[in-house]
Amino acid sequence: MNPIVEIRNLSKVYSQGEIQVTALDDIHLDIHPSDFLTLMGPSGSGKSTLLHIIAGIDRQSSGICKVQGIDLLGLNESALADWRNQNVGFIFQSFNLIPVLSAFENVELPLLLTRLGRPERRKLVQTALELVGLEDRAGHLPKQLSGGQEQRVAIARALVTDPALVVADEPTGNLDSESAQQVLEILQSLSRDAGKTVIMVTHDPRAAAFGNRTIHLEKGRFAEPSTSEAKA
Amino acid sequence: MLPIKYNAKNVVLRWRSTLATILGIAMVVAVYVMVQALAVGLEKSSANTGDPRNLMIVRKGSQSESSSIVTLEQYRSLLYSEWIEHDANDRPLVTADVLTLVNLPRREQNGEANTTLRGIGPMGKVLRPQVKLVEGRWFEPGKREVVVSKRLAARFANFDIGDRFKTGPDWLTVVGWFDAGNCAFDSEIWADSDEVRALFDRDSYSCLLVRPVNAEGLTVLTKLVEEDKRLQLLAKNEVAYYREQTMTATPIKWLGNFLATAMSIGAILAAMNTMYATVGARTREIGTLRVLGFRRRTIVLGLLIEGMLLCSIGGVFGCLLALPINGYATGTIGFESFSETVFEFTITPALASQGIVFSALIGLFGTLIPAIKASRTPVIDALKSL
Repeated sequence: MNPIVEIRNLSKVYSQGEIQVTALDDIHLDIHPSDFLTLMGPSGSGKSTLLHIIAGIDRQSSGICKVQGIDLLGLNESALADWRNQNVGFIFQSFNLIPVLSAFENVELPLLLTRLGRPERRKLVQTALELVGLEDRAGHLPKQLSGGQEQRVAIARALVTDPALVVADEPTGNLDSESAQQVLEILQSLSRDAGKTVIMVTHDPRAAAFGNRTIHLEKGRFAEPSTSEAKA
Repeated sequence: MLPIKYNAKNVVLRWRSTLATILGIAMVVAVYVMVQALAVGLEKSSANTGDPRNLMIVRKGSQSESSSIVTLEQYRSLLYSEWIEHDANDRPLVTADVLTLVNLPRREQNGEANTTLRGIGPMGKVLRPQVKLVEGRWFEPGKREVVVSKRLAARFANFDIGDRFKTGPDWLTVVGWFDAGNCAFDSEIWADSDEVRALFDRDSYSCLLVRPVNAEGLTVLTKLVEEDKRLQLLAKNEVAYYREQTMTATPIKWLGNFLATAMSIGAILAAMNTMYATVGARTREIGTLRVLGFRRRTIVLGLLIEGMLLCSIGGVFGCLLALPINGYATGTIGFESFSETVFEFTITPALASQGIVFSALIGLFGTLIPAIKASRTPVIDALKSL
């Protein structure tokens, strides 16, 4: 099976004045369809940077990052925005819902960039909300929802365009254990049952256990090559 | 495209800064609309004046009726033209008017001001049907009587019916009030033409107003007056003549534009300040929108719409603030006649729309820089923002 993500000799260097900080150092990685890959490591190890490059919201300093065969470095700003809309669902630690829009409107946002008509959009939003068990909260504003519900709305928003790739940056970081469990089960089901490729950054080994593959990063490199192998 | 609901809800959600901006913009727009309403009122007063069937004849080169001279000979040479309409008693519809300025005390001991005294011929009233007597009676020639505009009567002392005032060597009695329907005649005192000439020792008239028999007569008379080198007179349709007498409005318009420009700079800075704060508080939100696939220009456009929406609300409030002044009668010194010109502040739908467009432009310019700055923030930096 061809990998959905191919990373070769990938490096990312940040310049802070005269000082250069290497966030990723010569990374090689293949991620396959339906993988639930978890990225672990201490703060500053480069895991979020790697996630951002794969999701097309940051660019590498050197090396290649291909997603579904497309070299993201070759896309300009606008093409990259379109590509993200069609191919990536992003879940944030702080949910990042738009506070003035209802759950329904938040989930509908990515669909506004498509050619879909209002009835089709409505149907897709309802399906996505049903998938996360929040169809009865469609009209609620984010502030009227619990943290767990907010994150589930964010998951619905990430899924509504039916992307091949779902990336999650510490999605359980702001949740209680019960809500975290629900969110992780949804992500696991996306990978296992819906065939989505899920990449999740986490500090929590219990959360990482939901994935089928874990990579540890340290100082921009894979810390233990053995851990990047698929779990049995 | 971002849903307009998103921008509208953001305007409502941040109600404190929204309110401050709306009030600021409302004040600017209110001042702008009020000053322009003054100019519009003055222009309307001139543009409202006259009858399209009439022909005004003045001396060539004169700036106004009061600075024009028409001699008795000139008057007589035109009086019997076959192109002039006659009334039922076969009298030519011509009035030879004489205009002079008289200095009179205002009401409530508010100093003195010039006002126009117009002497009209027997046909003066017939040729100006828009002027209606509203109280008292018309003057009788030879009795040193006048009728005054009701609006002018509200501004000058001794203009109540029965009052007398001294001008020149004699006393004149007010016997009636007229209403000219918010036109230039509302700034005048009317008396008999020959009596005014006698009172001020004039041997000529100021202007002639004639009613040609028909449209062809109007053309022929105009040509005849202008081509006769001996006359040295100018003939113009009465409505067009008064419409051109709008010099008074010009400096007021300039003042309005100057004030609006000066205040709009402040308003743009205020809008910019609000939008900087609004955008600053939403940096992460903007980052999220970009992650979802919204392009930079879509976000800039959304913020511009929001800024324009915000300021347009201020514009609407500004128009509402200015609205009570609509129809308020006031006076100023007319630059054509150097006399008191009475007019009404006039807020037209066009002026109100202009005020709202003006406020939207303030929003546009005030939002442009914060919006561009926000859209250029790298997505990662935007997402890390608190």
